[in-house]
Parts: sequence; C-alpha cells; structure tokens
Amino acid sequence: MTEFTPLASLLGGVLIGLAAVLFMAANGRIAGISGIASRLWPPLDDKDTPMRAAFVVGLIAAPLVVMAAGGAVVQSVGTNVVLMAAAGLLVGFGSVYGAGCTSGHGVCGLARLSKRSLAATATFMGTAFLTVLIARHVL
Amino acid sequence: MNDDTKRIAAGFAAGLLFGLGLVVSGMSDPAKVMNFLDLFGTWDPSLAFVMGGAVAVTFVGYRLVLARSRPLFDATFHVPTTRDIDPTLLAGAAIFGIGWGLAGFCPGPAFTALPLLAPGTLIFVPAMLIGMAGARRTPKIGATL
Repeated sequence: MTEFTPLASLLGGVLIGLAAVLFMAANGRIAGISGIASRLWPPLDDKDTPMRAAFVVGLIAAPLVVMAAGGAVVQSVGTNVVLMAAAGLLVGFGSVYGAGCTSGHGVCGLARLSKRSLAATATFMGTAFLTVLIARHVL
Repeated sequence: MNDDTKRIAAGFAAGLLFGLGLVVSGMSDPAKVMNFLDLFGTWDPSLAFVMGGAVAVTFVGYRLVLARSRPLFDATFHVPTTRDIDPTLLAGAAIFGIGWGLAGFCPGPAFTALPLLAPGTLIFVPAMLIGMAGARRTPKIGATL
C-alpha cells in the first residue's frame, strides 16, 4: 500500500508543468525526458547537447536538494536483477522508438492537444495497466 | 552570459524543477507508480493528480509562451510537426508501457532515483540507456496506418 496524496501530487504536477513551460519559454524545446536523454547518444546535435546534459544533471540533483533542505525522499525499488534489466531495456527502447514517454507525450503532448501523443499515452497506459494486472493478479 | 550559457542554465533549472516535481508528487517512488497502475488491487489514484496538474499548467503556459515569436535563448521554437499515428509510435508506446508496468520507472523518475543508489536503479538506468541507443538505430516500421 502507498498513501493517497492528492495535494502533494497536485503540487508536484504543477512543478512539472512549470518546468515544461520554462523549458519551452527559454530553450524552445519539449520537456520530454526520453528525447532529451536519448540525444545524449551520438549522433549529437552540437548546439543543444550541453543544455540537454544540464537538464539531466538537474533531474539527478533534485532529490539531493530535497534531502539537503531536510525533506525525505521515499522510494521502494525492485530488487530482481533480471526484471529490472529487462524493464530498463523495454522502457529505454520503447520510449525512444515511440518518440516519447510520460513527459513528452503524457504531459507536453497532451497539453498541445496532439492526437499522436493521445494515442501514444493511451497505448502505454493500457499496456502498463495490463502488465501490472498480469504480474500481480494472474501470475 | 551568451545565449549558449543561458540555454545551459535554463536547461539545468528546468531539469531541477522537473525533478523536484517528481519527488514532491511521489512519482519518483516506483511503489506508488505500481499502485497507480494496479486498478484491481492496492490502487493509489495520486498519479492522476500529478498528470492533471502538469497537463493543466503546461496547457496554459504553452499558450502564453508559443504566442511569442521565439524563445528567450534560441532563434525558433522546436515543436514536433509529425502528426501521423503510425505503427512505430504505437509499437514503441506499447513496449514502453510494459517496461513501465514491470518496474514502475519511466525515464524521468529513473534519473531522479540515481543518487539514492538503490541496486535496482543502478541496473535499470544503464539498461534504459542501452535501450535508447538501440531504438535510435532501429528503422521505423514502414507503412502509415
């Protein structure tokens, strides 16, 4: 069980939205994490590679900032090595092959009323629900 | 500061704000994500509030920002122009969702989890980066639906 946290989750969502708006206003880019991270692999776009790396560094710094401010970062990560490796490959491959993940399609794309992002979001939400259903209630 | 430096500073600020949002919302915790996805078990609807808040703010913010002629530190906005709902999009999204459901990590939360050094994260993130590199080298599926 995890606690239902509507207010904290709404506040966190607002921060995510502000980050997406800031990234568009300043750098003119969609804040899609899979797009940003995958473009750190060659072939590199010279002009935007450093700012993409800076975005990822910012993501990684966030929990450290929360902890430095005295906040707790609660986390429960899977321990099955094979499962985590397989899941990582699927998430990395699928999000880039499908041109976006929860942020690029699910937040930025839906906010742009993109039918393509709506189709992608419905698809990955659907297979994620099904995967958890099968893993937790069928197997 | 020239524009290149400002873009880097803005990139860092946006990444940090995004990561703070993931931590504050609880989305950085795979257990919370898995419970959101577990409709018929220990369902935790919190993540619907994350998505709702993020989409609402971005919807309004994009309308204000994209009404301008250009971003602050670049010559043009780089907004996706592809509109086709093609097999590559759907196949990729379906595969991504399976991985998301297995581990509870999508790419953003996986990065914010790195400094906590959980063994599962240290396996997941390199595998994810390898998967990303593989996808960049895989040809798109041919026909349009």
